[in-house]
Amino acid sequence: MTARNKYNFAFLDEGSKREIRRAILKAIAIPGCQIPFGSRELPIGRGWGTGGIQITLSIIGPDDVLKVIDQGSDDSVNAVSIKKFVNTCTGAKLTTDSEEATIIQTRHRIPEEKLREGQTLVLQVPNPEPLRFVERSLINARKLHADMDYSAAWLALYEQITLYDKITLGADYPVMTDGRYVMAPSPIPRYDTMALDDADCLYLFGAGREKMIYAVPPHTSVKPLDFEDYPFAVEYVKGRRCRVCGAEGVFFDEIFDSGTGERYFQCSDSGFCKKNADRANGERGVSVAADSEG
Amino acid sequence: MAYVAVKGGEAAIAASIELLTLSRSGGAGRVEPDTLTARMRQLLDRVMCESGLYAPEYAALALKQSEGSPEEAVFLMRAYRSTLPRSHTSRVIDCRDMRLARRISSAFKDIPSGQMLGASFDYTHRLLDFGLADEREEELASARTRIIAGADQTAAEPDMRAGRVSDLLKAEGIIKPSPPDDAEPDDITRDKLILPASRSARLQTLFRADTGFVCGVAYAGLRGYGFSAHPTIGELRAGYVEVEIPYPSDGNESIVLGEIMFTEVEAFVSSHTSSRDEEFDELGAEIGYGLAFGKAETKAIAMSILDCALNHPGDAPPNDEEFVLLHGEGLEMSGFISHLKLPHYVTFQSKLDNVRATRRGGNHKEKETGNDGAE
Repeated sequence: MTARNKYNFAFLDEGSKREIRRAILKAIAIPGCQIPFGSRELPIGRGWGTGGIQITLSIIGPDDVLKVIDQGSDDSVNAVSIKKFVNTCTGAKLTTDSEEATIIQTRHRIPEEKLREGQTLVLQVPNPEPLRFVERSLINARKLHADMDYSAAWLALYEQITLYDKITLGADYPVMTDGRYVMAPSPIPRYDTMALDDADCLYLFGAGREKMIYAVPPHTSVKPLDFEDYPFAVEYVKGRRCRVCGAEGVFFDEIFDSGTGERYFQCSDSGFCKKNADRANGERGVSVAADSEG
Repeated sequence: MAYVAVKGGEAAIAASIELLTLSRSGGAGRVEPDTLTARMRQLLDRVMCESGLYAPEYAALALKQSEGSPEEAVFLMRAYRSTLPRSHTSRVIDCRDMRLARRISSAFKDIPSGQMLGASFDYTHRLLDFGLADEREEELASARTRIIAGADQTAAEPDMRAGRVSDLLKAEGIIKPSPPDDAEPDDITRDKLILPASRSARLQTLFRADTGFVCGVAYAGLRGYGFSAHPTIGELRAGYVEVEIPYPSDGNESIVLGEIMFTEVEAFVSSHTSSRDEEFDELGAEIGYGLAFGKAETKAIAMSILDCALNHPGDAPPNDEEFVLLHGEGLEMSGFISHLKLPHYVTFQSKLDNVRATRRGGNHKEKETGNDGAE
């Protein structure tokens, strides 16, 4: 590939990257508030993580170590494609190890291993507007945020309880950030939501198509919207066990064996799973790649 | 077992990309970008317009690379555009200075400087010309020589320029001239489109919007969804305009960078202004504006219809600014639709968890702690 010689470092021109960094700084200063930015077109499709990629391209330096995951997996087609693109135009080192990475770009998962101070998790966001499910119009939604008028969102949750005796929101469960802004945490499972609260790392959210950036700085309060008698609940993971590494109590992919019709579980976080399996196998003196089952 | 959780995809992806080269290498003919620039001009026009990048050679290259898919070619052009620094802003282009290739009016039979049909498919019968299958290049060349020779004898003004038809109605007071506005226009390629959109942002968005979308929504408006005035094309003109930038050391001087082709449309729709002082409302006309790179008449007309429609906010799709301006962006629509092909294992798992929980019955506390409904 000769792309690095033909294009600027990190693809975008310096002026564009600076603009995006300004939006990021503003987002960090007002946790959970959506900051509009002049989203650029990338060689990767809108809706395929271009918001996250633009953040990554704007903050990455030659010494950074990058990990990219898609729904938990390091090897998913789009994670591979994004990784390759960023590496081609920056030369930054790649890893699958959450602890080694300085920047982790992710679609719809937060790694199982707790992230530390100095690490940045860049989340790809399809729909940055948490009020979209109650208010179609962007103009009206902006007014509701300004007035901190979240009654419609609360009412929608209450309606679900009257219909199903349960809050039926799945991934992308709306949260209150810093006691001020209702925020879409991106379609992470509910299981991951609590990792946003009082974290040591920095979370940056990029919506390329909708042209918004927002952030959860370290040690910010992030609380899911719920009721005292109907508390926020994560997905059911109890009693499940990863068939590759044996992990329990983590978020799983559900897999059907087409031969036997059997259903089993495997860690959704592939980097964590591999490490865990290597450790277990190391103790037993065998080395088997975690994904050799695939 | 095959294809579990898309692991080990790298080799498969590499092979898929290689197959693309195979896919565009079939047959004996070579595709020269030069051929596309000369003979597939209207396809190039569409790609350049939706890309917001006037670069015929790159558009031709993009089409070669994308096996002729305009959607993909626009994608390539836009991505390339993102890497270019903005070094100059052109002077304002006034299409009155257009070197005309075509100019028609549906409002008046006789317009100052006259109508000029130019090259158009409008007056042909759309009969597939089987003769083109084995057309000889020499025949085409001699036809070309003959047509040019004939035109030289009859053409009244080879470099025709003309004022606008709307200037007449403005002079008469039927169309209210808009106050001159020298404010810096918004730039949707550098800043997020903020709603309600300024007119400059609206027109830029429609200019780059997908041709099919713009035409479809405008057609819905014509058929009566929302604001449904039947516009009259005051003027449709196509031709070449010069692009000038200020001379770097002396702002009063200009450098001409070259010529680009536009199609410009002014559509007239009747309007009325309610007046408190007068007994009756006053009827008048307002203008919808459409502009596109190259030859793109249907799109330019459709754009002028939507420009009018958006002046009359309403709930119908053609009058709904958010609907019109946010859903015609080609890269965004194709990108988000195609992202559905990506894995959604985690999000679907989360949804499934809810479905299973609501099916288990009992009160919500039991549901959260009950088994996972695998049975």
